Amino acid sequence: MATTETTKAASTLTNDEILRYSRHLIMPEVGMEGQQRLKAARVLCIGAGGLGSPLALYLAAAGVGTLGLVDFDVVDFTNLQRQIIHSTSDVGRPKLQSATEKINAINPFVNVQPFETRLTSQNALELFADFDVIADGTDNFPTRYLVNDACVLTGKPNVYASIFRFEGQASVFATEEGPCYRCLYPEPPPPGLVPSCAEGGVLGILPGLLGVIQATEVIKLILGRGQSLIGRLLLVDALGMNFRELKLRKNPDCPACGTHRTVDKLIDYNQFCGIRGEESSVNATLPEIQPEELKQRLDRGDDVFVLDVREPHEYQICNLGGYLIPLNELPKRVHELDSSREIVAHCKMGGRSAKAVEFLRQAGFTKVRNLTGGITAWADRVDRTMPKY
Amino acid sequence: MKVLIPTPLRQYAEKKAAVDVNAATVGEALHALTSQHGDLRRHLFSDDGKLRSFVNVYVNDEDIRYLAKENTPVKDNDTISIVPSIAGGIDR
Repeated sequence: MATTETTKAASTLTNDEILRYSRHLIMPEVGMEGQQRLKAARVLCIGAGGLGSPLALYLAAAGVGTLGLVDFDVVDFTNLQRQIIHSTSDVGRPKLQSATEKINAINPFVNVQPFETRLTSQNALELFADFDVIADGTDNFPTRYLVNDACVLTGKPNVYASIFRFEGQASVFATEEGPCYRCLYPEPPPPGLVPSCAEGGVLGILPGLLGVIQATEVIKLILGRGQSLIGRLLLVDALGMNFRELKLRKNPDCPACGTHRTVDKLIDYNQFCGIRGEESSVNATLPEIQPEELKQRLDRGDDVFVLDVREPHEYQICNLGGYLIPLNELPKRVHELDSSREIVAHCKMGGRSAKAVEFLRQAGFTKVRNLTGGITAWADRVDRTMPKY
Repeated sequence: MKVLIPTPLRQYAEKKAAVDVNAATVGEALHALTSQHGDLRRHLFSDDGKLRSFVNVYVNDEDIRYLAKENTPVKDNDTISIVPSIAGGIDR
């Protein structure tokens, strides 16, 4: 970090800035000194998606001087329901381009530093070193553990939020006195137990709610004001509109920040989270059918039983007229299926139906195949009029 | 007492947000819960019967790892929360 003298010089406010931030300057909790702190601050947002959108927009509006953004993704139509930093006309463009433009439009005094890259064990420490606070807006376990460990190793606070459907968690990890993410969850769940796209989805406003909580915590850390979420896990239930908090403790046995720490460098987080191996081993052995072949067979009037293992609300969006048994119900309802018939199982993308095919084969079904790429591939390759979701 | 079920696990508990059980300890409460909702068991416990490391259990606002773990006593007006790690709105 810069010395106090250079910070002061660099963070002197111009008259334009004084006018812009006047509603901050007239409150004692921020004032001139606080606003200068914000201007001198360097915050790194990991992800310019659901959480990153409100986070970056509000930090920019509030006058955080330097905003780093890490993302390598491109805006698509399904992002627009919640990622409010991107517009319809941005679909197909890199998220960083779109986000940088929006931030510049809101506040030209902010220095945006875009890093169009995937955060990895190779680049995280070097990236983090240049910033004061890290805000974790990622959506997967490997990156979460990577962000946490890199924050612990570089001594930067990790302002955390996570969302699922209509429920969210937020906290501040990896400060000197407080717990880290690994104190709370030493290990990630194995991939098989993580809710798949069947149970996924997220209420569009939820990342807004949690991203703004993250922005609030970032600003409090910079100002040195208020009670931070350090040592507390905030649970938000948007459906019940409940806010609860749980006590978090620094775990003396924590592998990352405990007294006998074993994490002294960044590791392969995909391997740590069991991401590789499992999926390929499942798919490699399963019999598949391409959408074009299924179409031919159905058009010919062959006896093919189409089994849809998605959820009923997905069936309402689009379907192939298949027989609906959601994957979770399959063990209980397997007697509804005729093992002498040829069965093609499908879901949205092919992941859940692969599990269904594997289950059915173990249950003695020999003529069952998985539709490659699910109903999405069907919409891409067979019926272009079918909606995709 | 009430056991609060988090969103990702509600599908294994007939979509319920909370389940009432009678128990003297956290372990008994979780046993009663998984007896009523068998599908929950493999999400809360590993094959050797240990509570999974990505599932935390709280009595009111205290983590049972810092109390008496599954032997932590509970009273009728206590609330037990199951808090699994969630990664975000991932769509695979």
